[in-house]
Amino acid sequence: MWRGLLELTWLEIKIFLREPLGALGTVVIPVVIFVGLGRLAGGSRMRAPSLADSGLLRVDLPVFASVLIGISAVLSLVTIISIYREGGILKRLRATPLRPQTILSAHVLVKLLLTAVTLMLMMLAGKRYYPVDVAAPMFSFALALLISTGSILSIGFVIASIVPTARFAQPVGAIILYPMVGLSGLFVPVSALPPALQALARVLPMTYAVSLLQGIWKGEAWSAHLTDIAALALVCVVGIALSAKLFRWE
Amino acid sequence: MRKTYGSTVAVDEVSFDVHDGEIFGLIGPNGAGKTTTMECVEGLRKPDRGTISVLGLDPVGDVYQLQERIGVQLQQAQLQKRIKVWEAVYLWASLYRKKPADGDRLLEQLGLTEKRDAWFMTLSGGQKQRLFIALALINDPDVVFLDELTTGLDPQSRRAIWDLVRGIRARGKTVFLTTHLMEEAERLCDRVAIIDHGRIVDIDTPVRLVARHCPERTIEMATDHPNAEDCFRRIPGVDAVDRSDVLRLTVRGRGEDLVTDVIQCLSENRIRVTDFRTVLPTLEDVFLTVTGHSIRD
Repeated sequence: MWRGLLELTWLEIKIFLREPLGALGTVVIPVVIFVGLGRLAGGSRMRAPSLADSGLLRVDLPVFASVLIGISAVLSLVTIISIYREGGILKRLRATPLRPQTILSAHVLVKLLLTAVTLMLMMLAGKRYYPVDVAAPMFSFALALLISTGSILSIGFVIASIVPTARFAQPVGAIILYPMVGLSGLFVPVSALPPALQALARVLPMTYAVSLLQGIWKGEAWSAHLTDIAALALVCVVGIALSAKLFRWE
Repeated sequence: MRKTYGSTVAVDEVSFDVHDGEIFGLIGPNGAGKTTTMECVEGLRKPDRGTISVLGLDPVGDVYQLQERIGVQLQQAQLQKRIKVWEAVYLWASLYRKKPADGDRLLEQLGLTEKRDAWFMTLSGGQKQRLFIALALINDPDVVFLDELTTGLDPQSRRAIWDLVRGIRARGKTVFLTTHLMEEAERLCDRVAIIDHGRIVDIDTPVRLVARHCPERTIEMATDHPNAEDCFRRIPGVDAVDRSDVLRLTVRGRGEDLVTDVIQCLSENRIRVTDFRTVLPTLEDVFLTVTGHSIRD
């Protein structure tokens, strides 16, 4: 059933690392942005201690960077799937005993692994350059980020199923995903939004992802975020079901 | 079987058998329904109507069992740009339940050993096709499907690939291929099915198809003998004798004995010829006769 999953996953990791901009764009840039923003905020700490004490440095920035990591993983998945479809690679793989779910799972695994590696690098870099709150439960947070990314990846599958060509994949994905971040409560608390946008925010999965990530980062218990996890799981199931219906191999 | 896309009927009432151990060719112009037919047989598409049996298996219901036993080369397929040749071969080898063929030996047989570490994107068209043949053979399949194998290749690569396909048959495999190149079908296939506008027009060996649909023979010769034309006109089966210039004569006719009779006539009348050749109709002529249009149209 899952024959070839590990071989294909390992191969896709190697191929990804051979892309000249692939590793740089998805791993290095988020880390650099994180460190840069952190130093900027940290540098002003002397004059305005309140800034550091506000949630920005301790919670919002790490969560924001993590969400960016997740989104870049999803966009990268959407692009790869559409390039593979356009080039007939998906079709060629499908004409082997590889099951469709194996092919897609391999890509999800690569993206999740990439997310975890980027997060780790970010945290290491952060610790080195300015005092990230060391009390953050890193293992739980990594798990929360993987759950969130996994759930948003299922939206990625739906996008990958409907974009006509690889050229559209990245922009269409960005147009769908970035506004979700804007409404997610990361910048403005959801309760401070106008009622219409609040209602919209509550049906967008990113809101639950951000709530989960912020909570876990602050050290809250998993049991306080069952709603978030349930919402993300629901999105995942719906996304997979939808893309199973809509997905085109060629 | 029948297969439609929306309101377009791609293939209709297509029916044929492929025999064990032969090279069977589906020939016709682009858009005739060759690839659709082949992909239904491979289990990549589901026909709207009809039944298909490959090695006793149903390509729709038993697709995973079938894929273990067939090898497939798809038209216009690509691999990951930066996958290395050996990585593709080893990945493919890991996908099958049964013991795969020796990947490195396959690469050697296909002349790809020195490209072993090259990225897919750096291969030439002929090298890509040879890699796809290697992938189609990696599971030591009973039936190999080759869709427009040599399209876009130069004549030299084309000939090399024909030899490879004959090698597959020599190992006891069955080959099912499509082509729009009549020369390819004529040189390679044991039997061919002519398909046009989604329907099979006729199926047989190339030689019998030619004999059935284009029985006329043409003999061209060079002679300055004054009575040659009259001699040839008296031979039974000769339809026309034309002299295109002072030297060149063309004899058209039909029947198994035509060439023998003409040679005998030359000898009896002591007609001296400086050139003599018979022009046999080809599958291209057969195609024109049975469909009413050229395969290139």
